[in-house]
Amino acid sequence: MNGQRKVTNARVVRSLDTLARLVLPFCGSVVGGFAAPAVPWLSPTNIFAPVSTPAQSIFDLSRFVLMVTASIFVVVFGLLAYAVVKFRKKRVSDGREPAQVYGSTQVELAWTVIPILIVVVLFLAAARVIASIQNASPPRNAVEVTVIGHQFWWEYRYPSLHVVTANELHIPVSDAEHPAPTFLTLLSADTDHSFWVPRLAGKTDLIPNHPNSMWVDPHEIGLYLGQCAQYCGTQHAKMLLRVYVDSREDFDRWIQEQSRPARVSAAASEGQTIFERTACINCHTVAGTVANGRFGPDLTHLMSRDTIASGAAPNTPENLRRWIQDPGTIKPGSKMPAMGLSGPDLMAVTSYLETLH
Amino acid sequence: MSAPSVTMPEADIRWSLPARGPAGMYCLIAAEAAIFTIFVVAYIFYIGKSVSGPQPHDVLRVPVFLTICLLSSSLTIHFAVKLLSKGRVISFALWWLLTVTLGAVFLAGTVREWRHLIHDEGLTIQTNLFGTTYYSLVGLHAFHVTVGLLALVTVLIFTLLGNVRREHTQRAEVLSMYWHFVDVVWVVVFIVVYVVGR
Amino acid sequence: MSTQSIAWAKTEVSRRPLVEKLHEWVTTVDHKRLGILYILYALLFLAFGGVEATIIRIQLIRPHNSFVSPQVFNRMFTMHGTTMIFFVAMPILFGFANYLIPLMIGARDMAFPRLNAFSFWMTAFGGFLLYFSFVGGDGLYGAGNAPDVGWFAYAPLTSQTFSRGHSTDFWILSLLVSGFGSIGTAINIIATILCMRCKGMTLGKMPLLAWLNLVMAGLVVLAVSPLTAAQLMLLVDRYLGGHFFDTQAGGSAVIWMHFFWIFGHPEVYVLVIPAFAFASEIIPVFSRKAIFGYPVMVAATICIGFIGMSVWAHHMFTVGMSSAANTFFVLSTMAIAVPTGIKIFNWLATMWGGQIDFKTPMLFCAAFLFQFLVAGLTGVMMSAAPFDWQLGNSYFVVAHFHYVILGGIFFTLFAAFYYWFPKMSGRMYNETLGKLHFWLFLIGFHLTFDFMHIPGILGMPRRIYTYEPGRGWDIWNLIVTVGVFFQAAGVLVFIGNLLWSYWRGKVAGSDPWDAWTLEWSTPSPPPTYNFATIPEVKSRRPLWDLKHPEDPDWQYE
Repeated sequence: MNGQRKVTNARVVRSLDTLARLVLPFCGSVVGGFAAPAVPWLSPTNIFAPVSTPAQSIFDLSRFVLMVTASIFVVVFGLLAYAVVKFRKKRVSDGREPAQVYGSTQVELAWTVIPILIVVVLFLAAARVIASIQNASPPRNAVEVTVIGHQFWWEYRYPSLHVVTANELHIPVSDAEHPAPTFLTLLSADTDHSFWVPRLAGKTDLIPNHPNSMWVDPHEIGLYLGQCAQYCGTQHAKMLLRVYVDSREDFDRWIQEQSRPARVSAAASEGQTIFERTACINCHTVAGTVANGRFGPDLTHLMSRDTIASGAAPNTPENLRRWIQDPGTIKPGSKMPAMGLSGPDLMAVTSYLETLH
Repeated sequence: MSAPSVTMPEADIRWSLPARGPAGMYCLIAAEAAIFTIFVVAYIFYIGKSVSGPQPHDVLRVPVFLTICLLSSSLTIHFAVKLLSKGRVISFALWWLLTVTLGAVFLAGTVREWRHLIHDEGLTIQTNLFGTTYYSLVGLHAFHVTVGLLALVTVLIFTLLGNVRREHTQRAEVLSMYWHFVDVVWVVVFIVVYVVGR
Repeated sequence: MSTQSIAWAKTEVSRRPLVEKLHEWVTTVDHKRLGILYILYALLFLAFGGVEATIIRIQLIRPHNSFVSPQVFNRMFTMHGTTMIFFVAMPILFGFANYLIPLMIGARDMAFPRLNAFSFWMTAFGGFLLYFSFVGGDGLYGAGNAPDVGWFAYAPLTSQTFSRGHSTDFWILSLLVSGFGSIGTAINIIATILCMRCKGMTLGKMPLLAWLNLVMAGLVVLAVSPLTAAQLMLLVDRYLGGHFFDTQAGGSAVIWMHFFWIFGHPEVYVLVIPAFAFASEIIPVFSRKAIFGYPVMVAATICIGFIGMSVWAHHMFTVGMSSAANTFFVLSTMAIAVPTGIKIFNWLATMWGGQIDFKTPMLFCAAFLFQFLVAGLTGVMMSAAPFDWQLGNSYFVVAHFHYVILGGIFFTLFAAFYYWFPKMSGRMYNETLGKLHFWLFLIGFHLTFDFMHIPGILGMPRRIYTYEPGRGWDIWNLIVTVGVFFQAAGVLVFIGNLLWSYWRGKVAGSDPWDAWTLEWSTPSPPPTYNFATIPEVKSRRPLWDLKHPEDPDWQYE
């Protein structure tokens, strides 16, 4: 009986071995084709369509990891599928139990050592990318932006360029000959948030009393989308991100316009008066006027933005009016209260805001 | 189908397993040790990080006498249990009472220290990070001392009623394990709060 | 329901009033009854958690949907997660552990029967307290509200500043209370296994289910306390003006994350290790072979327990830890894949060369193997921290952990239900309905959770009550929602099967599966005292030895 067990033991080991030899090379070629570059038009927020170095490094690592895990999957899945089919109970059985195999030291060693080797390889690959992304220091010509997360909007400050804006971030394009990375310092005014624009970089959290930093160097001009990726309260879902990667000239022009104080328009003076006399100035800043509240977004150049309410609605007069009248119609749970303005007052204030280019 | 019997007459091995009382108490101690570890980690993490208010070296007085009382109570409870195992119930009761007294002195001393900190030094749980972590950690320990004392007093009452005898030694021992644990926690708290943190 | 009743002459068995029967159940300290109470309790809360999931999925079926408001949605995902982990998965696994462990080790009950009852009622009360928040959250004068801070309740969102009212307090208190129940049960399991095994059952001869529940209980003892500690600290912050997580006073939001995940990660091993236990008992019986590599399975589980306490910050890769810290947690997380993989290979080797009978329990176990493989591999993907910087906090993570919990744990739970239902009730379940449940649930599970990985890859974060059109997420969310209804149908068939079979099923007898561990030597259902005589064993499969006296296990172990 003992001898029979030993023989079956060896047979099990041998058949597993043969199977492995057949299957592994096949897996490699299948999986190689699997790792082709993804198509960006599947989604504007596809993590497999990088345009910036951090996102690209992650994408390269992810292809390697996917190849390894896909190979493991094919092998083990194949063995499981084989076992499930080959070793089903036969319709006509002779009532005898199959040979009882209690274990095999060689087999256990094999499937301990091989996974350990795989782990070592994966670990080294990941460690390299962690270092390259986290330990990068900003070059002298890097654009520096401080991002402050609020419930439920984004504040952007360019300290050395003297620009303060909100919700729509503009950064210059960077290419191999003229690298112009943007380094972001991430802070929070209230709870935890997370800055995630998949095509530019992995996400990094904004945590109060815990400054973080990240960098991007997009090599293609365009608009890149994302959104807050750490639950921060009621309107976490509509704390959207819009990052405009501009040509160098466009970026410089934008900076120049943003650093000017607010335009003064005689036609909108009635609206401006109402704005400055109501609670608006408690929360909002309009540079060059008495309004310097910091709780809500800076409105100095509101009309230079494509959207309002951090991407929740397009920046049209109609939406602006709706928003001021009752933010709950666009973003229920937003921290801006319904202002309760009368019809004419509402029109006047909206007209005033529409002059803030 | 009748239930088959699985008794095998040839298996004549000596079979002794640990007692469940001590096993359960060890597990409880492990769980409590985990809670205290987290409070100690928080305390250590926040050392020096208070942005305002009294700092440890300004207001903390090292409770040497209280520590001696509490640690001696471990000795007294150990003696008490040994006496009970020999059947000397009256001596057991006296040493047990001494343990209770020492524990009560410790608690009273802690209350005194806190009164001083709150009224004279203006340190409350709200004052700053030091206040929050100090009162939480020392308070959690004092709570465990209180619960232990309640249990010890209960046993004392049963002893006075004549219900505690030699065969209850293991139960008294299990309770004394808890008491020893409370003392070990105090050693850690003492070192972290009054030595390292100051 | 017992298959053995003794008829005494000249005796009338009078029907006991319902009140008396209920009183017996409420005051019971019998491990089998408490086990069943845990299981029934969990099934009730499974219904609640399932309704919450359905509401979430209906809201997300298309962009800018308005099925529920953002406030309600945020309560739904918080309650769904909290309910499923603390009031479904943990109780149901404790229930099975309670029922099976004494029977499998040849004992009459758990080490501390009254502590057992106390633990159950603490857990039960915790669940009712949590759900009371729907009406009581705002105090009696306001509309109720349930917690909406997410099941991991990150600071400072949970401070009084950002969480007004009592909703967060319900989250804290209900888990505090049920945490005591969990620790009580864990202490009981450890003491029972160490102190009450029958003669001859050394630690090396006890069933794998006992070993795995021992490791699980050890993890509970060490890991639930950090959650208790963190919650006490949160209460100090909320009610005593403390500053543990008050970032304005120099406190740290990150330290909450550390404390929570020091609990939270071992918690998932607390959930999955008993699932492994079920697989380790069921797969051998239906493959007609002993488990392959018993000592290695034990060693691997102990390794998982230890390493599992050192991986927690892989939930925090995006938080801004140093590259050194991130690198360490990458290593520890990848390392844990090794013993976990070894277990899959051992189950595979158990099936290899066997004569597999695909009754319902084995169908669920086979699916478990495939699905747990996938879940483990997506976990390996996210253990590579930079990859996690994209995948973390997205629907990829949601898909991964549901793959583990539903595809892994729940599938083995269903297998365990079908396997031990005959023992617990004395009746066989209906095999056709069982297979119908399996296929419905399999289709639904894969529709939902296979496709859920894709929105994560396409940039969809978690915990959002709606999403923008034009991001390429719409079709995948639709498919994911459709799968929910298949799963619900499967679960309904399952409940129907259990109910029908309880009253109308074929009488099962002691050992319908021709199995090998001690519980199958008792009548079905077992009498209160479990064994007429405490058994004595010589090997890991005492009933195999009895059935094969010419080839007993103890000659080979």
